[in-house]
Amino acid sequence: MSDMFFKLWDAGLIQLGIWETIYMTLISTAVSYVFGLPLGVVLHITEQGGIAPVPWLNRVLGFVVNFFRSIPFIILMVSMLPVARFIVGTALGNKAVIVMLIIAATPYIGRMVESSLKEVNAGVIEAAQSMGANTFQLICKVLIPEAKPALLNGAVISMVTILGYSAMASTIGGTGLGQIAIIYGHQRSKPDITWLCVFLMVIIVQVIQVVGMRIVRKSDKRINK
Amino acid sequence: MIEIKNLNKTYRTADKEIVALDDINLTIQDGEIFGIIGLSGAGKSTLVRCMNLLERPTSGEVLLDGKDLTKLSKKELLKVRQSIGMIFQGFNLLEQRTILKNVCFPLEIAGADKTKAEARAMELLEIVGLADRAGSYPSQLSGGQKQRVAIARALATNPKYLLCDEATSALDPNTTRAILDLLKEINSTMGVTIIVITHEMRVIDQICDRVAVIDKSHIAEEGKVSEVFTNPTSEIAKNLILPRDRAALNTKGGRRVRITFNGDRFDKPVIAQMVLDCQTPVSILFADTREMEDCIYGHMILELPNDERQADKVMLWLQNNEISFRGEA
Repeated sequence: MSDMFFKLWDAGLIQLGIWETIYMTLISTAVSYVFGLPLGVVLHITEQGGIAPVPWLNRVLGFVVNFFRSIPFIILMVSMLPVARFIVGTALGNKAVIVMLIIAATPYIGRMVESSLKEVNAGVIEAAQSMGANTFQLICKVLIPEAKPALLNGAVISMVTILGYSAMASTIGGTGLGQIAIIYGHQRSKPDITWLCVFLMVIIVQVIQVVGMRIVRKSDKRINK
Repeated sequence: MIEIKNLNKTYRTADKEIVALDDINLTIQDGEIFGIIGLSGAGKSTLVRCMNLLERPTSGEVLLDGKDLTKLSKKELLKVRQSIGMIFQGFNLLEQRTILKNVCFPLEIAGADKTKAEARAMELLEIVGLADRAGSYPSQLSGGQKQRVAIARALATNPKYLLCDEATSALDPNTTRAILDLLKEINSTMGVTIIVITHEMRVIDQICDRVAVIDKSHIAEEGKVSEVFTNPTSEIAKNLILPRDRAALNTKGGRRVRITFNGDRFDKPVIAQMVLDCQTPVSILFADTREMEDCIYGHMILELPNDERQADKVMLWLQNNEISFRGEA
């Protein structure tokens, strides 16, 4: 380890970086789900042959989602700076980064949710319809609860993706492990710092994955116990 | 009473129309078990889905106790559906809910109080014999048990009608029998009118009072099960009811006759008596019996001797003894 590591560690920057990465990821994931879950539900139910088909709305939403998903995150970030300034009053720093992450993750999560809901057996929906369930009941009592394991699985994948995005945020002044890797590792030619950041990210991803999968397994009642 | 009047259902695809149901007229009386039999693709599943409007007919009326379902508002329709239970070939239980919660589900939909719903659900699980599995999840049950749960669930809201869409088609013969017995019991003790969709004749035999045979989107024939069984008039009904044995058709012998027995002749050794009286042997190419309405019905294909005189003698004997028969091609 170079002196740089001890300097950063003693200054608390690495610890702070870990925390910032984690908290940006968690907040962005949570807020993205607030928008992404309804978006995914609407994408699913308005489809032709869905439980509340509205083909034009489905096409419009589908187009918007595809539009945002086709822009690489780094470009999306710089192009959306005015939006961030409008929403949180600044185009710099972690606040702006979180806005960017949410803009990028919401369409992604929307698709994730949509594909999870597709896995719900159409027969179960039909059974609930035969009992007189309305659209709202179908969504809240059948679609989402029945898709729960798949939704949680999607959340784990989304969270890891968002974590990866957050590392790119140093471009617009975001902090966290990504910024440490770029500023102290790359720009000052200290590869050990870069690798340390990589290592720490790997650990965080592993923890998310292992804990997430345990929750998924526990939540799924289809497995014989 | 369910009355279906001039019902049509057409599916439109991009370039063609597919007729699923063509001018269907049916009346199902309260308290009966009504069977609808047909081969796959005949339109029977579409027909049963028109009874609770899971499929909206292209034209025609579906009258439930005189009320035309096709004219109801969405809200009224959802309410009416609570009085029509439905079970399916694939059971369609909610996999992430316990058995108890599955049975509570329709009550939840109807806005019932939770404790009352659970009490009612336990009562129903008791009836279907699965009270001890209330806390289990569907994946822990066998097919027959899942269908029992589905039946309990369908009955939770005290429906007047129960639609069964191929409810036993995924089950083995013994389980099928047990499920059908349960349906019959529900019909007689609770007075629920049951509509059974199936492609299997044994299902109709075992529980139905009346049957409609559906073929190529039409009702080919309709009537009391015992009548349709002993005297099928449509080609499709004959095929479904009187199975043809390939091997039997390939024999090169004399004339063949198909004999139909009904319950009261069964205690007499008819064929043996005939052979003794006519002093001529016959071959039995096919035989089958069925139990309907606590009576035994049977039919048998006999091959008569090559000698025309001997064969005529047998035919005459059958006539004189008032045994119903007809020539077979």
